[in-house]
Amino acid sequence: MIMPIHDPVRIGVYVCHCGMNIASRVDVEDVRAFAQSLPGVAAARTYKFMCSDPGQEMIQKDIKEHGLNRVVVASCSPLLHEHTFRRACAAAGMNPFYLQMANIREQVSWVTPDRAQATRKARALIHAAVRRVADHYPLAKERVNVHPAILVVGGGIAGIQAALLLANAGKKVYLVEREPSIGGHMAQLDKTFPTLDCSACILTPKMSQIRTHPNITLWTYAEIEEVAGFAGNFKVKVRRKPRYVKEELCVGCSECVSACVFKEGRVSDEFNQGLSKRKPIYMPFPQATPNVVVIDPRSCLKIMRGKCAMKCVEACLRAAIDFEQREEHAEIEVGAIILATGYRTFDARKIPEYGYGRFPNVYTMLEVERLVNAAGPTGGDITLRDGARPQTVGIIHCVGSRDRRHHPYCSNVCCMASLKMAHLVKERTGAEVFNFYIDMRATFKGYEEFYDQVLREGVQFIRGRVAEVTDWAIRSAEKGKLVIRVEDTLVGVVRRIPVDMVVLATAMEPQEDAAAVQRKFNISCSQDGFFLERHPKLGPVSTFSDGIFLAGVCQGPKDIPASVAQAGAAAAEALCLVDKGFVEIEPNTAFIDEAACSGCRTCIPLCPFQAITRDAVKGVAVINQALCKGCGTCVAACPSGAAGQNMFTDAQIYDEIEGVLADV
Amino acid sequence: MSSNVTLPVAEEFEPRIVAFFCNWCTYTAGDLAGAARLAYAPNMRVIRLMCSGRVDPEFVLAALRQGADGVLIGGCHPGDCHYREGNYKCLRRFQLLCKFLRQMGVEEQRVRLEWIAASEGDKVQKIANEMTAQLKLLGPLRLQITPRVNGRPRAAECPPAPTKGVAP
Repeated sequence: MIMPIHDPVRIGVYVCHCGMNIASRVDVEDVRAFAQSLPGVAAARTYKFMCSDPGQEMIQKDIKEHGLNRVVVASCSPLLHEHTFRRACAAAGMNPFYLQMANIREQVSWVTPDRAQATRKARALIHAAVRRVADHYPLAKERVNVHPAILVVGGGIAGIQAALLLANAGKKVYLVEREPSIGGHMAQLDKTFPTLDCSACILTPKMSQIRTHPNITLWTYAEIEEVAGFAGNFKVKVRRKPRYVKEELCVGCSECVSACVFKEGRVSDEFNQGLSKRKPIYMPFPQATPNVVVIDPRSCLKIMRGKCAMKCVEACLRAAIDFEQREEHAEIEVGAIILATGYRTFDARKIPEYGYGRFPNVYTMLEVERLVNAAGPTGGDITLRDGARPQTVGIIHCVGSRDRRHHPYCSNVCCMASLKMAHLVKERTGAEVFNFYIDMRATFKGYEEFYDQVLREGVQFIRGRVAEVTDWAIRSAEKGKLVIRVEDTLVGVVRRIPVDMVVLATAMEPQEDAAAVQRKFNISCSQDGFFLERHPKLGPVSTFSDGIFLAGVCQGPKDIPASVAQAGAAAAEALCLVDKGFVEIEPNTAFIDEAACSGCRTCIPLCPFQAITRDAVKGVAVINQALCKGCGTCVAACPSGAAGQNMFTDAQIYDEIEGVLADV
Repeated sequence: MSSNVTLPVAEEFEPRIVAFFCNWCTYTAGDLAGAARLAYAPNMRVIRLMCSGRVDPEFVLAALRQGADGVLIGGCHPGDCHYREGNYKCLRRFQLLCKFLRQMGVEEQRVRLEWIAASEGDKVQKIANEMTAQLKLLGPLRLQITPRVNGRPRAAECPPAPTKGVAP
């Protein structure tokens, strides 16, 4: 550790206006004058934008001219600009850890409407920072080498894109997907808006690239068990579920599927949204990657009952079927992690008035997507449950989204998906299509034009949230139909519209286990349950855990182009980290004052990272600086005051307590 | 002063709350409250620590001794701790501390431990307002050891804080 300097403390205090963000609520000149009057303060200034170049130069000039050896910046949150000001101080030759920030924007001006009160609170916080900074001492960041491999979790379009970019950049990539095939939701779609590209045609080439890329290790049917370590050096345990088929031997001929003792499918097919049945041994979908069959242990007779004629084994010429397969565990080391775990769709049964699950001809958007698809359960025919073609179709927007009872957020893609579906249904069946919307959101490139096209095609648009879907006919034209009751808010009347088929544009929502994944990776969720980005504008793919990045819908509802773009951003961030080759570790580690340590061992079991051991010869605790993450729990527990924490010493905290409580 | 004896009009009591927030969840929630412009009572002053597990019960006592009328500790929800279990360590110490404070006659509403996730800016607002209102009802703590000045202890005249764990 570097020894503290013993020169008299000379503090510079810099109060930022932040445009009007701070200055409109805090009397910055009053606060500056107050700071100037505090003991040890050699200079106090205000400036419009302290984080700008002239602001930083002002600090640097003062450090040199006034011989400052401490700097307090009163501005925004340290989580936003601490690094900026540390860099500025370092560039002027001052140790960056002589800096302390007072958060007078997020925690004062933005939350305190009264100017006098805000000014008083700002004074108190600056007082605390000035008191505290006198106790600072120089520190240095330690550099740790970065493992060059990268883990991508989730094999939807976002994960695929990120993995390919990184692999093309020459990085070793592990792509882990929990389903038997990669592809995600995009593989289930028929066409993509607004260009109406065939979804599979643009996705499957990327899927096969993943399979063949020499830099990518693809583990499907696998889940992340445990994540340890930190940015640059994560240790990840992966659990590979048994598919009872040897992946390296299976060529995907599907002979085994035809041979299965079940002549017909018995189990609801997940890929087709339950609209068809599959066998216990199955290929998830024709273009599944890897193109390997999988045996479902919940329906296979051999696995469930131990008894079966095992026709599949007979049929396989390559002896790929292996009922002895067990769960495998792999442990990998990676420098960065990209989470692209996607979403699930809202369960439409939660809105009983729309009749999903009660009326057979009420479908979800994803179900109709499968019906439209040529490889789907009907071979691309849009038919009702009884096989008839619908004459009229009603598409209901915002099912589960923009709804205080469920999700207040806008699910972002449903307007465009509904427009696309309206176009496809009209094109394929000639049916009359009604769209029921609250607001039409068609905001990106080519979207408004597509809306215009669909309008011109004669699709009907009714503005209003649908009240209910009912089979109660009160007019002869409604007999045998589903009636959509809605207030047409543009005309101002309540309408009853009889249709044959209802399509619910269900919202995207966080995966069922998003909270568990969030804990596993030590990141945060926002209030809607999607993973929280580090900054909504300037850190949209980073998380509060360094080295873990987000891509795709796991961060919030978005469409394919946005997911792909975000995947690119996440890949670039991960690349930045691993290509740099090292990470700098915040020096907020704990340390032991050997002279004060009695060797009582109180701290040893408290450390969640097993960083503390006892030196048997000296009889004192020893903290391994490489393992310590700087939580400080050992410091709080030490009965003899021997443990301390850099950047958060007891003296610094007591000073801060005194500072915030002083009459100012 | 005039010779007319009148009762002094009491200035409205403004409690002082010291808050210890963990860097990862609660401090971020505080920033979020700011970004969302959720106005709340100005009585709370936040001290940032890396983890609620760093909160030495002595910090709470020092704050109360030096004129705080209430102390709030904010940490990640159970299971969400950035350091796996620092918040549990905090909870353990907090319960012991509460027992001690009760015996010392400090009302239990004065010292609170709250789990506030990074997304719960509104909870910061709610708790700051709630605590301020409660402390206004309870009145000043008056736990000071030094003589009062104008009815309040002055931090500058408080006994110096213990200086354990001085940095090397």
